Amino acid sequence: MKIRNKFTGKDNNLNAYVFLAPYLILFFIFILTPIVIAIMLSATNFNTLEFPGFVGLMNYVNLITQDEIFMQYVLPNTITYALIVGPGGYVLSFLVAWALSQLSKVPRTILALIFYSPSITSGVAMNVLWRIIFSGDQTGYINAWLIKLGVITEPVQWLTESKYLLTIMIIVALWSSMGVGFLAILAGILNQDETLYEAAAIDGIKNRFQEVIYITIPTMKPQMLFAAVMSIVNTFQNGMIGVQLSGSNPTPGYAGQLVVNHIEDYGFIRYEMGYASAVSVVLLITVYVFSRVSKRLFAEKEY
Amino acid sequence: MARYRKSNINPKRFDRSQIKIILIILPLALFMLLPIVFIFSHAFKPMDELFAYPPRFFVARPALDNFYKLFKTTSTSAVPIGRYVFNTLMVTLVVVIGSVLISTFAAFALSKLRFRGKFTLMEINNAALMFVPVSVMIPRYLIINALGLIDTYLALILPVLAMPVCLFLIKQFTDQVPDSLIEAAYIEGASDFKVYQKIVLPLIKPAVATGAILSFQQVWGDIMSSAYYISNETLRTLPFFMNTLTSISNTIAGQGMAAAAGLIMFVPNLLLFIILQSNVMNTMAHSGLK
Repeated sequence: MKIRNKFTGKDNNLNAYVFLAPYLILFFIFILTPIVIAIMLSATNFNTLEFPGFVGLMNYVNLITQDEIFMQYVLPNTITYALIVGPGGYVLSFLVAWALSQLSKVPRTILALIFYSPSITSGVAMNVLWRIIFSGDQTGYINAWLIKLGVITEPVQWLTESKYLLTIMIIVALWSSMGVGFLAILAGILNQDETLYEAAAIDGIKNRFQEVIYITIPTMKPQMLFAAVMSIVNTFQNGMIGVQLSGSNPTPGYAGQLVVNHIEDYGFIRYEMGYASAVSVVLLITVYVFSRVSKRLFAEKEY
Repeated sequence: MARYRKSNINPKRFDRSQIKIILIILPLALFMLLPIVFIFSHAFKPMDELFAYPPRFFVARPALDNFYKLFKTTSTSAVPIGRYVFNTLMVTLVVVIGSVLISTFAAFALSKLRFRGKFTLMEINNAALMFVPVSVMIPRYLIINALGLIDTYLALILPVLAMPVCLFLIKQFTDQVPDSLIEAAYIEGASDFKVYQKIVLPLIKPAVATGAILSFQQVWGDIMSSAYYISNETLRTLPFFMNTLTSISNTIAGQGMAAAAGLIMFVPNLLLFIILQSNVMNTMAHSGLK
């Protein structure tokens, strides 16, 4: 371990706290405190009008035993969505990054831009775009195209019919999943030591697949972990997508209802903030557990 | 069977073996690209092409009708569009500068200064990378309400200033600044702030650019803050306004306007990334999380 700031010889440089103060204060107020309040409120029946009363674990018990919508729609939807978009987007990011790393600079930069740009179509641009493409009447692009091909004869209400919404959400989410994590993986591969690959070729690596498994991934575990965390966070952060696409919360037939929408539904539409906070805490724990699992996978082993 | 040739990472020039990879990846790239091309194309469609049946993907005679209509509609509504544009630019500018400033300050301290609690703070920030802001929208609302920030610009600015990802990336990059340089400056008698300003800051420009892009992306398209913390229409931002516009855009003419609005939101984001992409890649090389 390096010894920092040997220069000033001070053990505890108080200026450090001055440099840290602005960040730490904002971090404390807007990130740490909200988490603590969410945990506290989740044990109350706060409804914004009356002073919150303590109800213990009641909200959690209700969530599991009473909330049919949560159990029947929100939970299965979220699991399906998260398991496909999270790992799917991540594997896709890795494969594309690996392929791009084999190209020379100009084609690589152009292609990287193409793959990255969907992730920066902020909420607005995205929802306009997909709502036009999946528009429910015969002038909708997907409808017109499928009718022309003879696959369907009547226009399909893609975004308001419950059986299609979740699938469309997953496609759109995968489309926009190659963000910061993808760039981190690409940069990680590009900065790998060329001599490792030469040594491996001599040591009997036989094909590209072995090369990826035995060299590429192990030598960039820290980047892989960073990308995994980013991918988990983005998956849950984009949970509003169903509401944006269908234009209503709750989504038609609860087909695209994810945990985030459930929080918004209870918190800002029904004002049952205590209950909504319990759902928030469940979400935070879920993200944490997923991140711990990735940490297990990509932790640098200490020798 | 062809003999195995080792991977050629980051080849200097184009050769034939790369064609294979491009051919495999091209269909996927097209799938990624089509929606982006579509929004450009749709935004420039004149009225008759928007109504055309069957609908055409590409615009035949590009026109500015949609943009013109977008501005005309908004000028008859209660708040002129200029006001939304001003709000958005102001909030974005303050957030980008502010978050980069506080992140570089904090990163300098965490990377180069010695103090108690340093490793704990770094661990906390690393854990906060997992933070999902939408999950705590209710407590955040209560805090902003308690601080009396509802219906002020500060409600749009303060909550998004501290970005754990920004601090993390900038701190990792600052670790690369050689200690010997900093040591020399201290021997010359420089203060901590002088070292930050004259030595560290100029050397971490790529990370600063990356932090700026990430905070720009977060604040530029932010709809939630305007929706929850602001009820005064004159303080709301452009993306929020455009979102209300698109949610009433079930008519075909409305879709053209919505596409124009979407394009206005998307293009600055894209340009910024194109301009700064080499800085971003440079920063991402140090993004390893242990």
